[in-house]
Amino acid sequence: MRSGVIARKLGMTRLFLEDGRQVPVTVLQLDNVQVVAQRTAEKDGYTAVQIGAGLAKPKRVTKPMRGHFAKAGVAPKRKLAEFRVSPENLIPVGAEITAEHFVPGQKVDVSGTSIGKGFAGAMKRHNFGGLRASHGVSISHRSHGSTGQCQDPGKVFKGKRMAGHMGAVRVTTQNLEVVRVDPERGLVMVKGAVPGARGGWVTIRDAVKRKLPEGVPFPAAIRTAGAAAEAAGAASEGGAEE
Amino acid sequence: MDILREIEAEEIRRLGKNIPDFKPGDTVRVGYKVTEGSRTRVQNFEGVCIARQGGEGIGASFTVRKISFGEGVERVFPLYSTNIEYIEVVRRGRVRRAKLFYLRSRRGKAARIPEKTNYKPKKTRAGEAEGA
Repeated sequence: MRSGVIARKLGMTRLFLEDGRQVPVTVLQLDNVQVVAQRTAEKDGYTAVQIGAGLAKPKRVTKPMRGHFAKAGVAPKRKLAEFRVSPENLIPVGAEITAEHFVPGQKVDVSGTSIGKGFAGAMKRHNFGGLRASHGVSISHRSHGSTGQCQDPGKVFKGKRMAGHMGAVRVTTQNLEVVRVDPERGLVMVKGAVPGARGGWVTIRDAVKRKLPEGVPFPAAIRTAGAAAEAAGAASEGGAEE
Repeated sequence: MDILREIEAEEIRRLGKNIPDFKPGDTVRVGYKVTEGSRTRVQNFEGVCIARQGGEGIGASFTVRKISFGEGVERVFPLYSTNIEYIEVVRRGRVRRAKLFYLRSRRGKAARIPEKTNYKPKKTRAGEAEGA
């Protein structure tokens, strides 16, 4: 199992292929994705890597977190996430993962926080049909109908679909195809929509329901030390009191 | 959103389409690739451009309306589609709207558009002066 990455959703666009097809794509950006910590079987009982992305102002990061980043020798990150990996795929701390981690044609799962819809009615939230427009229906055209039976059972069953809060939950879209990868700008373009708003953080992982294609880098596509060392320098300024 | 716009601009450059300067009201001829089974041919669709949508982006499209056997037919083409072989401007029209949807409720003489006599090719982009 390889590690995933954290990316920022930039938005959607389309690509025209030579055979006349159009592909709707979501552009995801890998922004300073680095390994911040490792979880090992001896110490934590499982193996995983903690990945950080984005750039946070050191001033806005809490002292304990500054210490955590300084220990890893990386600049403070905006977003942190842990990815379970198999022991042979552990990535050294401080390594930067590039967009080449994914190859075009590969299928990935993308998770993000969906756009919040607030308190939504049953029609919008559960695709209920609502009531009729006429024939004596008054005021309640968009209401849900009956919620149960009669004196027996005498209650509304738990889990009954009703109006309530919708959206702003973690959603995973599975098996999205990677259409194009741009390592210079750190962009991954996947076919189709991805949960969340523009500018939101998402995680990209290899699809759990598909086989990995040939030529995928193991344990990850890592950028060489230059950039990592530079980032480490910035971190030691930020988190001096360790 | 800047990177997104950059990507779109790059994509447009990569496609290298020679799109003439045309506006709603102009009569255009669009050569559209049609695949029938295994062979492809180019089908012409000539009519009045009644709307352009999507601005500078790669998702831009335009609507062409023509009267075919007494029946109004409208087709929406993606401006940068690789299925479009060519776009030719047949006639420049003088109109005062950006969207000519009012043509839908008109027939015959009432649906005429006067020709634009004072058309000047756009200066900003080079190599697009033909077709006037």
